[in-house]
Amino acid sequence: MLSMRLYMLQRITAVAMAPLVLGHLLVMIYAVQGGLSTAEILGRTKGSFFWFLFYGTFVLAASIHGAIGLRTIVSEWAGLKGVALNCFGWLTYVGLFVLGARAVWAVTFA
Amino acid sequence: MTEQTIKAIIERGPNPMGARTQFDVPAYDNQTVLDVVSWVQQNVDPTLSYRFACRVGMCGSCAMMVNGVPRWTCRTHISKVLVGNEVTIAPLRNLPVVKDLVVDMDAFFDKWIAAEGLHHGALTREDPIAKVDPTSSARVASDAGVECINCAVCYAACDTVSTNQEYLGPAALQRAWTLLNDTKDNGREKILDAVTGAGGCQNCHSMGSCTAYCPNELDPMSAIAGLKRESAKSFFRKGR
Ligand code: SF4
Ligand code: SF4
Ligand code: FES
Repeated sequence: MLSMRLYMLQRITAVAMAPLVLGHLLVMIYAVQGGLSTAEILGRTKGSFFWFLFYGTFVLAASIHGAIGLRTIVSEWAGLKGVALNCFGWLTYVGLFVLGARAVWAVTFA
Repeated sequence: MTEQTIKAIIERGPNPMGARTQFDVPAYDNQTVLDVVSWVQQNVDPTLSYRFACRVGMCGSCAMMVNGVPRWTCRTHISKVLVGNEVTIAPLRNLPVVKDLVVDMDAFFDKWIAAEGLHHGALTREDPIAKVDPTSSARVASDAGVECINCAVCYAACDTVSTNQEYLGPAALQRAWTLLNDTKDNGREKILDAVTGAGGCQNCHSMGSCTAYCPNELDPMSAIAGLKRESAKSFFRKGR
């Protein structure tokens, strides 16, 4: 079911996400300390190429990682195979990516 | 000891429905699950089919599900598994049932071969015998898995085997790992290709049922983790 390629892709995206998750949590805790408002946060993220890259990478990695995981679950628990399974994987990936990418776009450049 | 009986419920396949038969078996000291099955076959129903050979945990032919748990029946005391005075004995999980307690082990052994669980020699009889250093880390890794007796208890315990037909399973992959670490084996590339194919080591979820249930106290899960590490390294080297 799970090819070595997908397996490696899932491992690599996990490694990529580890520091991003940590950074996300730390910045969040740090930022709320002084009672930051939404507008203030957006003021810092808007137009910031750094935050675009940070959360863009995060969304890309998470959507790949999650889609591969769900694909495995669906194959093992629902017996989905072959083309149907691959379609499911791609759709999940695209869906997750679009959801995340929209959010990133909204807080950085929109 | 007062006369006591064991209620042995035997699931007789391949028809799973209505195939549970209850037998009253006299209890005695030091009785194994295999003794219970044998008593039924010798005294009540000579048509009851099951496998065994050595009766001492060496041949790997007597494995069955005992109260839903895969075990060597020859090395399992009935007193350890009785619930009240009842025990349920069924054919090994994850393999097609031939009749009663006998399963078709072809898939199990075919996967053993598919995982390249065979010797890959490179020397001829003219060459000197390869030196084995018993203290080298590779030999230690190999030794950890060589005592496997192909009983398929781990194969029956593995949920990934149940849900993924192609998955090679813990025993076959563990054998691949022992060979990968064997100085006398020359099949590294073949083994790595075999264990990263469609049913390869990457499918293992590392939940460790194989290690928990192996009656030989082997650790296929860690062997598979070793295969994953080596496969990942070769993936980066060769891009596949
Ligand atoms: S650790 Fe891997 S091989 Fe062992 S039971 Fe779990 S999935 Fe199967
Ligand atoms: S690893 Fe253990 S449980 Fe699995 S086949 Fe070998 S001896 Fe049996
Ligand atoms: S009869 Fe040989 S292992 Fe049980």
